[in-house]
Amino acid sequence: MTTTAIPPEARHAPATAPKRRPQREREGAAWVFLSPWVLGATVLTLLPMAVSLYLSFTDYDLFTPPKWVGLRNYVQMFTEDPRYWRSVVTTLTYVLVAVPLQLALALVVALALKGMKRGKGFYRSAFYAPSLLGASMSIALVWRAVFNDGGTVDNLLGTGGWVNKPGWALLAVALLTVWQFGAPMVIFLAGLQQIPAELYEAAAVDGAGKWRQFLSVTVPMLSPVLFFNLVLQTIQAFQVFTPAFAVSAGKGGPADSTLVYTMYLYDRGFVASHMGYASAMAWVLLLVIGIVTAVLFRTSRSWVFYASEGDR
Amino acid sequence: MTSTTLVRKPVRWGRVALHVGCLAALLVMLYPLAWLLATSLKPADAVIASLDLLPSHLEWSNYKTALDGVNDVSIWRLLGNSLLIAGGAVAGNAISCSLAAYAFARLRFRFRGPLFAFMIATIMLPHHAVLIPQYIIFNQLGLVNTYWPLILPKFLATEAFFVFLIVQFMRGLPRELEEAARIDGCGPFRSFFQVVLPLTRPALITTAIFTFIWTWNDFFTQLIYLFDPDKFTLTLALRSFVDASSTSAFGPMFALSVIALLPIVLFFLAFQRFLVEGMASSGVKG
Repeated sequence: MTTTAIPPEARHAPATAPKRRPQREREGAAWVFLSPWVLGATVLTLLPMAVSLYLSFTDYDLFTPPKWVGLRNYVQMFTEDPRYWRSVVTTLTYVLVAVPLQLALALVVALALKGMKRGKGFYRSAFYAPSLLGASMSIALVWRAVFNDGGTVDNLLGTGGWVNKPGWALLAVALLTVWQFGAPMVIFLAGLQQIPAELYEAAAVDGAGKWRQFLSVTVPMLSPVLFFNLVLQTIQAFQVFTPAFAVSAGKGGPADSTLVYTMYLYDRGFVASHMGYASAMAWVLLLVIGIVTAVLFRTSRSWVFYASEGDR
Repeated sequence: MTSTTLVRKPVRWGRVALHVGCLAALLVMLYPLAWLLATSLKPADAVIASLDLLPSHLEWSNYKTALDGVNDVSIWRLLGNSLLIAGGAVAGNAISCSLAAYAFARLRFRFRGPLFAFMIATIMLPHHAVLIPQYIIFNQLGLVNTYWPLILPKFLATEAFFVFLIVQFMRGLPRELEEAARIDGCGPFRSFFQVVLPLTRPALITTAIFTFIWTWNDFFTQLIYLFDPDKFTLTLALRSFVDASSTSAFGPMFALSVIALLPIVLFFLAFQRFLVEGMASSGVKG
C-alpha cells in the first residue's frame, strides 16, 4: 500500500528530502507570524465570549464568586425591566433615524462632487474632517452646548434646548452621527469613480436621460458599496455610546430618552455592578447585531448587483 | 480670453450653483468647530448670551486656566498620558497586525481559510460582547487602573480591521521580489522584514494614522479602566466637565477641548494629502 502511494518524484529521495523541510519550516514560520493574533483571538476574544455567556446565567458583582441563576437575568430583562425596553426602543429609533439620514447625505454629496472638475479634492477633505473629529469628547461637549437652552439651536429656532426635551434630545445625538457623513461619502465617491464611463455613454446613446441613467447605471453599479456602507454604519450605530453619554451629561436623560443600549449596559455593569445582567445584555446585543447583519445579507441578494463574479 | 468665455458661457451656471451649494453646506458643517474656537476665547458671561461667533475681546485667560490643569493634575501630565496610550496603540497595531497579515496574505498553514474567515468575523463583533470578561481578566491580573488594558490588546492584533487592511494591501504586491529573495536564500522572516515590510509602508501609515486618531478619541475603554485623576487622559479630564452645570467653567472647558482636538487636526492636515492620494489611486485602479 504505502509503496504504491509514493509519487514518482519522491523516488529521487535526495532531491525531495531537502525540498520538504523548508515547506514544514514555512508552516512553522506562519505560526510564529500568527502567534500574537492567535493569543489575542483566544485570550481576548474567544475566551471572553465564552466567559460572558457563562456569566449571563449568574449573579456576579466582581467581588463575590458568581452565583448560578439560570435564565433569571434574561427573564428579568425581557419581562420586568421597563428601562431595558426603553433602551431598546431608544437605540432602534436612533439607528433608524441616524443611519438612513447619514447615508442619504453621504450619497447626495458624493454625487454632487463626482463630476466636479475643480475643488473636488478640497471638498472631499473638508467634508471628511468631521468623521475624524466627531467621535471626540470635545465635539460631544460642543454638541451639548449648541443644543442646550440658550445655545445656537435654541436661539435660531426658538424651540428651547433640545438637550432637555425628551422627544428632541435623541435627535441631537443622531445629528452628531449624521454630521460625520464624510467617511461613507468618501467610500461612495470612490465607488462612483469606478463606474466605467462607457456605461453612461451607452445609456445616453439608447436615449436615457440623466434620471434614467442614475436609476439604471449608477444605482445598480453602486449597490455593493451602498450595501457595504449600510452594514458598517448599522453595526456601528447599534453600539453608539460617547455622543449619548456627553449630550445627556452621562445620565441618559431627560427621562431616559437618550439612554441607548450601551449606556444602560454600562450603567448595569460598571455603575450598579450587576456584571451578570450586563453580560446577558451584551449577548442579546451580539445576537441582535448578528441577526440584523444576516437579514441585510439575505435581502442583499435581491438588490445588490455584482458586475463580475470573478472580480477581486 | 473673450473667445473662450463666449464658447463656454452656457454651461457655467450649474457649476456655480454647485459650488455655492457645497460652500454653504461646508459653512454649516464647520460651524461647530468655529463655535468651539470662538467660545474658547470668550469671557465667561458672554458664552451663552450671544449668538455672535466673534468674542467682544479675546479672553486668553481661558487657556491659562486650562493649562493650569484639571483636578490638580497638570495638563502636561494629561497630554503625556494620552500620548503614551495612543503611541503604544500605534506601535502595537503596526507590529502585530502586519505580522498576522503577512501570514494570511503569503504563507500556507493549516486552517488558513477558516481562521481568515474567523478574523473577518471579529471585525463585526461588537466590543461589548467581550468587554466584561476582559475587564474581569485584567482585574484578576491587578491591571485595572493601569495602561496595560488599553495598550496590551493592540500588541495581540485584536483590531482585525487593520489586519484585513494590510492583507488586502500585501495581496496587491508583486510576488516576484519575494520569489527572488527566496532563491537567494531568504527565509520567510528575512523576506518579511527586508522585502515585504518596506513595500507595505503606505498601509502601515494608514494603520498608524487611524489607530492614533481612534485611540486619542476613545472614551469608553478609558472610562472603565482608569480611575486615578493623575492617570487620566485629556478625554477623561474633559469628561469631568460634563457634569459641571455652572457656565463659569465653560471658557476653560472649551479651551481644553481645543487643545485636545489639536493633535487630530494636525494629523489630518499633515496626512490629508497622503490620504487623498491613496484614495485616488485606489479609485483609478479598479
